[in-house]
Amino acid sequence: MPTTRTAPPGAISPGTAPDVPPAPEALRVVPARHYARWTAAVVVLVLVAQFVHGLATNPVWEWGVFRAYVLSETIVQAVWVTLQLTAYATVLGFLLGTVLAFMRLSRSPVLQTVAWTYIWIFRSIPMIVQLVFWFNLSALYDRLGVGIPFGPVFWSVDSDSLIGTIGAAVIGLTLHQAAYAAEIVRGGVISVDHGQSEAAAALGIPRLRQIRRIVLPQAMRAILPTAGNEIIGLLKGTSVVYVMAIGELFYQVQVVYGRNGRVIPLLLVATAWYVVLTSLLSVAQYYVERRYARGADRTPPPTPLQRARRFVRDLRAAAARRDQPVVPLNPLGESR
Amino acid sequence: MSEVMVDVHGVHKSFGPLQVLRGVDLQVRAGEVTVILGPSGSGKSTLLRTINHLEKVDQGWISIDGELIGYRRSGGKLHELKEKDVLKQRTGIGFVFQTFNLFPHLTVLDNLVEAPVSALRRPRKEAEETARRLLDRVGLADKADAYPRRLSGGQQQRVAIARALALGPKVLLFDEPTSALDPELVGEVLDVIRDLAGTGTTMIVVTHEIGFAREVADTVVFMDGGGVVEQGPPAAVLDDPRHERTRAFLSKVL
Ligand SMILES: Nc1ncnc2c1ncn2[C@@H]1O[C@H](COP(=O)(O)OP(=O)(O)O)[C@@H](O)[C@H]1O
Ligand SMILES: [Mg+2]
Repeated sequence: MPTTRTAPPGAISPGTAPDVPPAPEALRVVPARHYARWTAAVVVLVLVAQFVHGLATNPVWEWGVFRAYVLSETIVQAVWVTLQLTAYATVLGFLLGTVLAFMRLSRSPVLQTVAWTYIWIFRSIPMIVQLVFWFNLSALYDRLGVGIPFGPVFWSVDSDSLIGTIGAAVIGLTLHQAAYAAEIVRGGVISVDHGQSEAAAALGIPRLRQIRRIVLPQAMRAILPTAGNEIIGLLKGTSVVYVMAIGELFYQVQVVYGRNGRVIPLLLVATAWYVVLTSLLSVAQYYVERRYARGADRTPPPTPLQRARRFVRDLRAAAARRDQPVVPLNPLGESR
Repeated sequence: MSEVMVDVHGVHKSFGPLQVLRGVDLQVRAGEVTVILGPSGSGKSTLLRTINHLEKVDQGWISIDGELIGYRRSGGKLHELKEKDVLKQRTGIGFVFQTFNLFPHLTVLDNLVEAPVSALRRPRKEAEETARRLLDRVGLADKADAYPRRLSGGQQQRVAIARALALGPKVLLFDEPTSALDPELVGEVLDVIRDLAGTGTTMIVVTHEIGFAREVADTVVFMDGGGVVEQGPPAAVLDDPRHERTRAFLSKVL
């Protein structure tokens, strides 16, 4: 019986089998030559080299000015403000976002609608519009008070001193971030198999504990990559706060080049800091993701640090072997 | 004769227009094993899920050890219990799922310890001792620190059984505990369930393993079309069924 019933056109018919090939080990493998790939690589490398050369030697970059400012007190101070804004908005934004996510997932139509509306509104308003709005709030309400609605006020405070400029920025960033965080968290939660919360419910585990201990840790695997993006976006997004004259990185850089006119090197200072901070966040994200991968199907590959340690250990072992050249091996292949 | 542990009385349940349970009556005595048989879609899973109130009943009631499930009776009315109280009732009802539903991000030991600590407020140390004893009982003492996905299906289901036992439930419900397993792993799970039956645990087991039903069940219940068609000792239901539908079903699975 032929092995192929419907041979495609041009296929070798069962009758005319090709010559029996020699044993595989007798054949030499000739790798394919990718001439186009090589040419493209050379062209790109030349262009990169030119660019780097220009970066290093062209006087417009004014690397001296860059060096003078990059670690100056004003700039480091501004970096600190940027970090604080990012940290506050991340923590508060994701807290509020998580609450909104569970409101949207709840069975109460009121909570669902409120959360949906919030997300709809705050994703619709450009962040800069919102920031200017909060900045001007003190002009609209100059006193904020606690009391009975439509009735007497028991306690009130000057809104400017309560909110303050930094406070207004944090509120604006947080409210904006929460709308996005809510959707990210909700996406993570619905990615967790329904059987998980069902099993938790069947075991009588209290509702909040089900969320915190069973659902969220598993949702984290889906949340983290997107959340990492968001936080990095937020870090750079804090630069729009310059419209409120807050001394974060981008604002401060503008102040300095407004004074000395060295625009390019100072923008490079800001760029360098944003790159460094983003890199640190990416590294942190890598390790946090690994932590939440525990129990997943595959063992995660070793971290760069673990790999480096293993490399050093192997080198040492090799060196040790070289030092005592004749090591008798026991039958298991281990040295004594 | 021992007292009734699980009492299912006139239970109706619909999903939208689909009537899944049409007046189910079932009584399970303390220490006895009831096996539920029936074709796919006959409402077996839904019945088990109403017993621990994962599904609400539309009509009728269920009690376990004399306590109404999901409701409180006062005057002539049934008041729905709050989620918190339902959760508390569930700690007395062990449920073993077809797909295990172990928590993959927790170690085997933590899977067993979680509910006793958070739902019953047992001290962690005590819960761990109980957990290790139960793992030993299902033959997995050496897997306490493993993550569930590293275990075979049979081992995972044995962990799931131990997890259900960790709460010290009054009754154990099994929903096709071996249906998701490779054939060669079915035996080890059935051995564990058989062993539990020997120690007088009250159990309701939905399964297609007729041999197991014959050997272990005190009562076999045959369900079809959302109702109990017939029930009785295994010898009667399996070897001498009264109803045509039971006979037709058995001829297909045997
Ligand atoms: N949550 C649900 N929503 C809608 N229909 C459901 C739901 N759960 C079960 N059903 C339907 O109810 C019927 C009985 O299901 P089930 O109790 O799972 O049967 P069995 O376990 O006997 O196979 C099936 O037709 C199924 O599709
Ligand atoms: Mg079923």
